[in-house]
Amino acid sequence: MADDLILLNLWSSPFGMRVRIALAEKGLDYELIEEDLSNKSPLLLKMNPVRKQIPVLIHKGRPICESLIIVQYIDEVWRHKSPLLPSDPYARAKSRFWADYVDKNIYAIGKLVWGATGEIQEAAKKELIEWFKVLEGEVGDKPYFGGDSFGIVDVALIPFYSWFYAVETCGNFSIVAECPKLVSWAKRCMERESVSKSLPDQYKMYCFLLELKTKFQAQ
Amino acid sequence: MAEEVLLFGAWASPYSHRVEMALKLKGVEYKYVEEDLANKSPSLLKYNPIHKKVPVLVHNGNPIVESQVILEYINETWPGYPLLPKDPYERAIARFWAKFIDDKCLLAIFKASWGEEKEREKAAEEVPEFLNHLENELKEKRFFGGESIGMVDIVANFISFWVGAFEEAFGSELLTREKFPKLTNWTHQFVNNTVVKESLPPRDKLVAYLRNRFGGRNVSK
Repeated sequence: MADDLILLNLWSSPFGMRVRIALAEKGLDYELIEEDLSNKSPLLLKMNPVRKQIPVLIHKGRPICESLIIVQYIDEVWRHKSPLLPSDPYARAKSRFWADYVDKNIYAIGKLVWGATGEIQEAAKKELIEWFKVLEGEVGDKPYFGGDSFGIVDVALIPFYSWFYAVETCGNFSIVAECPKLVSWAKRCMERESVSKSLPDQYKMYCFLLELKTKFQAQ
Repeated sequence: MAEEVLLFGAWASPYSHRVEMALKLKGVEYKYVEEDLANKSPSLLKYNPIHKKVPVLVHNGNPIVESQVILEYINETWPGYPLLPKDPYERAIARFWAKFIDDKCLLAIFKASWGEEKEREKAAEEVPEFLNHLENELKEKRFFGGESIGMVDIVANFISFWVGAFEEAFGSELLTREKFPKLTNWTHQFVNNTVVKESLPPRDKLVAYLRNRFGGRNVSK
């Protein structure tokens, strides 16, 4: 491979999607290896012995783990094309803050909206809408979170767009009704090939998440 | 324009102390504002409306929040002492350990010390496993950052000082020399460093504070 890159991934993982988007933005070639998390490969266990999770980017044989850390690594090594972080330290701090905000809140709460039922699901739905509104307030009428350029906050959040149908259907609400600007932002991101090629179809994701939900409930 | 650096912190908070350490290592002059977390100031709420927490660094009127975000900002803004390696790969490794410490270790230590009973049992098993990863990562290095203190050491301040204070406050044993000789050595090197010593809260005061704040709950054995 020209750039000597391997990505250990799972098609349904929003974290894996972040890395795929970043690699595509930079125009990088890589080998994609799909992992079975119920039967982790020796390569995954060797490359990420501490967390044993995907995504893992292997560059010239050396592993980098944790999606946003991988995205920053990609941005720093291939700095000359499509920068994902601004160069000003204060703007960078704001980007890191919002990417961290997405990391801390969206996955765990979103999972409860498609995965739980009853009161837990209702409470999660209210919280998710709240977080989405805060994010919507931050992006406002800008094309992207960082302004005119697609950046790390967009990369951090847009994979969760693939959850929208599942979250709306399971939670019985409309995201566009609650957060129209956020949906506009998402559609704008989807116009980028790096994003549209990295995100699975929302209905396919919905079916997959329903299967997972059944498995959780059986446990 | 004269530079203005303000730090809103809380004396007992390890997160707040991380920022003080970083500013001191860089030789940055700053004004410290102690926050009463039970009665947060209008300034704190203005500068950190989303999380309403300390630490908050305000540089020439611009607020930066979340301790690791602040550490990266300090590293990029002020030259001199490097808090992170220059090489992108080494930097990614440092960021990984800093995230592991905050996301996994600290959470497990909190839960092992005063979580609900079920949580505590699980966390009590996780804590030695996580500390072991850190023990292995240290290898023969003096600090996580190599010969000198770096961001990972700063983020691990909790382990070097606050854990000892928990152990004294509650009679628990989380970090023993027998199980974690390298981490124990690292702890001594770290807390005896001149700059770090200046930034740490008084041990007795911290122990008393922890007993008072968390002592009513169940404690780990």
